[in-house]
Amino acid sequence: MTERSVETVGSGKTSRRRRIFIWSITLALAVSMALPLTALLIPASQAQESGQQADDKSNPRADYWREVRGGNAGYSAVQGQETDVLIQSQGQTWSELRDGPVLHLGLWGVGSILVVLAIYHLMTGGYKLQGRTGRKIPRWPGIDRFIHWYTAVLFLVLAITGLSLLWGRTLLIPIMGKEAFAAWANMSKPIHDYLSLFFTAGLLVMLIKWFHHNIWKSYDFKWLVSGGGYLGGSGHPPAGFANAGEKLLFYTLIFAGGAMVVSGLFLLFPNWGTDRAGMQLANVIHGASSLICFMFICLHIYLATIGSEGALEGMVHGEVDEQYAKQHHPLWYDEIMKGKTSGDFAGGGSAQPAPAAPRKE
Amino acid sequence: MARMKFLCDSERCIECNGCVTACKNENEVPWGINRRRVVTLDDGVPGEKSISVACMHCTDAPCAAVCPVDCFYTTDDGVVLHDKDLCIGCGYCFYACPFGAPQYPQQEAFGVRGKMDKCTFCSGGPEEDNSAAEFEKYGSNRLAQGKLPACAEMCATKALLGGDGDMVADIYRERITRRGGRPDNWGWDAAYGERDA
Repeated sequence: MTERSVETVGSGKTSRRRRIFIWSITLALAVSMALPLTALLIPASQAQESGQQADDKSNPRADYWREVRGGNAGYSAVQGQETDVLIQSQGQTWSELRDGPVLHLGLWGVGSILVVLAIYHLMTGGYKLQGRTGRKIPRWPGIDRFIHWYTAVLFLVLAITGLSLLWGRTLLIPIMGKEAFAAWANMSKPIHDYLSLFFTAGLLVMLIKWFHHNIWKSYDFKWLVSGGGYLGGSGHPPAGFANAGEKLLFYTLIFAGGAMVVSGLFLLFPNWGTDRAGMQLANVIHGASSLICFMFICLHIYLATIGSEGALEGMVHGEVDEQYAKQHHPLWYDEIMKGKTSGDFAGGGSAQPAPAAPRKE
Repeated sequence: MARMKFLCDSERCIECNGCVTACKNENEVPWGINRRRVVTLDDGVPGEKSISVACMHCTDAPCAAVCPVDCFYTTDDGVVLHDKDLCIGCGYCFYACPFGAPQYPQQEAFGVRGKMDKCTFCSGGPEEDNSAAEFEKYGSNRLAQGKLPACAEMCATKALLGGDGDMVADIYRERITRRGGRPDNWGWDAAYGERDA
């Protein structure tokens, strides 16, 4: 029994020693692993402060070059436009816009409009009158015709000179050579610059004087949906003094024409001191809005001459055939026939007496 | 063939404007035109640095790309020149240039600017080398005389280096190694691109 108990005591001693040994090793390992981690317990705020100090002491040289690249202004003893800026990056954006969308989309746009009109004309031969009645209805008074042709001729001159500067390098230099084209461009630029003010005056008068013809009416949508009668179909699409197409041209001239004139003014007066960013913007707006106007005017020229019989007479002689009025401007024709004054329809400000009925010629 | 480049060492430039004056004197440029200018950033505060800038004679020059009359050309030396007989003074090169290099003798109403003028790397223009006509329009043609641009030659601290790009880069690299720190070959990325820098 005692032997056994001794044995038990003895085994109890060894197992306690083993336990102590294991536990002390575990403790030592735990402490040795935990101690280095106490670095993480150092107040977080203190650590943040030292981090901020590092940020404040960022490389001054890198900051400097960042400033240079960002187009920041400094100081320069040389006086002049933006001489204090070392580098401007937006010029790249501008030249990509001008030589990309403005130049090429414009070329494709105008080109495809001309092709579509040519195909349309070859296929249909234009919109003919269904027999003239020979009776004339006064449409455009002399003053309106003068404003129209004054503005039209100036527009064409400005378009030819302006588009020469935009497309000349692509289209004309390969044909004319650099010297001849430069001589032409050297003429085009001042012509474009000086005549632009006369054009602006004409455009302004035209837009104000003809505003009342071009107020949008609900029936104008019907005209648009039926393609103005140009795409076939029976019946005459509704149109007052001005049809929806003419009204759209009018609004194009207000918005795109307005943008063209305003941006053109900035380009015209570099002595106003507009900075490069402003001039770049003005140049892109001027190019885009002018091209929109030009494309619409291409349509207008076709539809008002060979594209639609009898239309040009109104702007040349001031009178249109009765059949033209019936066919192209039925609502205006109806109102004329109701005996209203021509001043309400045939161009504002006209002192001509109202024709009670179309004059027999 | 050498590929001419400018490099302004911003650690050395002391904004004395000697290069501007040397250029005006050498090329007798018209009143109001400065083909070169010195720009100081952070003027008057610690870290202030100055750089002399003119036409950098870019590899793929934006001015040449936008010119409506295509009057720019690049010489065998990599210098971008223009023909004043073709120039119509439209101002497009000034809008496109990153460095503000193109200058105009006038800035008047109706877009009147006169023929564009810019740094020629002291190598004249399309006229016959060192002829009176060339000097009248474009200024001195030092390159044809075997000399380098007057601005760089006159630089008192040798901050502005002008010449064969490889030699300029070698000189600058040596400076950097002695000086320590990273290179600041200002404008080379923008002007010459990665391919040619």
